[in-house]
Amino acid sequence: MTNRIKDAFDKKQKNLLNIYFTAGYPRLHDTVPILKALSAAGADLIEIGMPFSDPLADGPVIQQSSTVALANGMNLRVLFEQLRGIRQDVPETPILLMGYLNPVMQFGVDNFCREAAAAGADGIILPDLPLDDYVEQYQDIFRRHNLRPVFLITPQTAPERIRRIDELTDSFLYLVSGPGTTGGANTQAEGVQEAYFQRIEAMHLRNPRLIGFGISDRASFQRACQYAEGAIIGSALIRALDGVDDAPAAASQFVSSVLK
Amino acid sequence: MIPTYQQPTERGYYGQFGGAFIPEMLYPNVEELRQQYLDILADPGFQQEYQQLLRDYVGRPTPLFEAKRLSAKYNTRIYLKREDLCHTGAHKVNNTVGQILLAKRLGKTRIIAETGAGQHGVATATVCALMGMQCIVYMGEVDMERQKPNVYRMRLLGAEVRAAMSGSRTLKDATNEAIRDWISNPVDTHYIIGSVVGPHPYPDLVARLQAVISEEMRKQLLAKTGSELPQYVVACVGGGSNAAGAFYHFLEEPSVQLVAVEAAGHGVHSGHSAATSVLGTPGIIHGSRTLLMQDEDGQITEPYSISAGLDYPGIGPLHAFLADSKRARFISIEDEAALKAVAECSRLEGIIPALETAHALAALDQLGAGPDDVVVINLSGRGDKDLETYIKYADAIM
Repeated sequence: MTNRIKDAFDKKQKNLLNIYFTAGYPRLHDTVPILKALSAAGADLIEIGMPFSDPLADGPVIQQSSTVALANGMNLRVLFEQLRGIRQDVPETPILLMGYLNPVMQFGVDNFCREAAAAGADGIILPDLPLDDYVEQYQDIFRRHNLRPVFLITPQTAPERIRRIDELTDSFLYLVSGPGTTGGANTQAEGVQEAYFQRIEAMHLRNPRLIGFGISDRASFQRACQYAEGAIIGSALIRALDGVDDAPAAASQFVSSVLK
Repeated sequence: MIPTYQQPTERGYYGQFGGAFIPEMLYPNVEELRQQYLDILADPGFQQEYQQLLRDYVGRPTPLFEAKRLSAKYNTRIYLKREDLCHTGAHKVNNTVGQILLAKRLGKTRIIAETGAGQHGVATATVCALMGMQCIVYMGEVDMERQKPNVYRMRLLGAEVRAAMSGSRTLKDATNEAIRDWISNPVDTHYIIGSVVGPHPYPDLVARLQAVISEEMRKQLLAKTGSELPQYVVACVGGGSNAAGAFYHFLEEPSVQLVAVEAAGHGVHSGHSAATSVLGTPGIIHGSRTLLMQDEDGQITEPYSISAGLDYPGIGPLHAFLADSKRARFISIEDEAALKAVAECSRLEGIIPALETAHALAALDQLGAGPDDVVVINLSGRGDKDLETYIKYADAIM
């Protein structure tokens, strides 16, 4: 079955830019205007963060944006409502929903997948969803709605587990650049990160790879693209939206600053 | 293998509760622990070192004390398991002694911990000093304020105390920060969780390390009452580590009534409470599927209790299972009743209990225990750390 994520990687093999932003931030109704702005400015994939009260894998910037979004009244019902009809305006850019398992579980995984697919989403990233639970309980539901899961890989992920993850999806692999939560700086000794990226590259996996965590600007984006099909930026965009009057314009400007 | 109350399944489930819902960044560490903890705990060398430290350093076995004046007041036979006499003043050290030995065997050199009331932080800082290991303790900013003496104790012991500034700035947020630290330091660091919470194998690991409490109770009860089995075992529950330890060797003894006492704060339905078994629904917190306080969108809500050790929005998965299966009876106690129990225990028995423990004592009049029944209360900690609170609420207490 065709899927916009696959199409994006078929169309473009290098330098794909995947941008993350938090739904309902900085204002509740910024979600769709920011999404359109990111797509128009040239983002190749877009991750919409579903805010959670206790985002364990996230650093202070995304935590803060989640707190603001929740205070603004964002929740899954509101998000799906906002996204209704989005595919008329943003027909091609893949949209992934990223968040934590608990809000999805409370919504009901089946309901969630149905609503996500209806809203035009193509992939789901739930970092705290165990692989075994995915396979045993959710894989069929995801497939039924043509939603692709995306799983994370870290420098500590064992090779056999990487192979298993590679088998479980048809989208891309999310390579976490190093130890740390989102938005942190790269503090690894020189060469350590490169060795890790090259080790993964040498595995010749089925799925393309996007590098995330700690990618923040044009320089770090280009550097990451040397080792993978592209990279993911989140916290740096959120920072660029902080305190601005026109969030979609700021989002657009940010993408331009990375790409041009 | 048939899962029991004592033994979760291979994936860490007690009934529908437990598991390991963790981001990939934590997987290698948690998996390493899962694969090795049972072997390490069973290793004779580990056991020898652990038992020796429990005896010579912690001061075990702790006494089982017949509380005659409390017994007279409640017209039943009350025994207090004196965990408050452990080194550092609470049961928490049973777990940290075990986990520091485990961390050494895993080759870890850096220790992190979360703390609410500060007792687990102090117990962790203590064993880190003993073993010469680096120690970082995360503590909510609010808790740092209300448990100041413990902050100074940790610093005196050489630990670094880092303030958790997110959310309600209490135990839940300190746990989030500790987990984020572990994500950032995946190779050299062991996370000593202080309660029977978190991803598998932590709930089982901590329960096993605290099980010494009920192991001793059985022997002491036999000597003092002629039977290893009491009619009631009562313990307070935040995350639930002292309760897990006090219940452990009675879990498969259906004649023993297990009573878990939660903090009702200003009242269970006041909006300012931590009575998770009443207010909670199944969900995921800190890597475990358990009962937790959350809104209809699955956002975790802020708990409240006067006691910094009980205001956690979840309970350990074992306790969720005990509540769900009705193996344990759950009672909730409001702030004011807990404060009154502090005064009562102090004046009738000459023992000033911790605020957490006072919740268990405050449940005495709800048990329905008869004159011949034996009631064991796990006196999980002493009240020194709460003196400032006791002074502040002197009018309510006296």
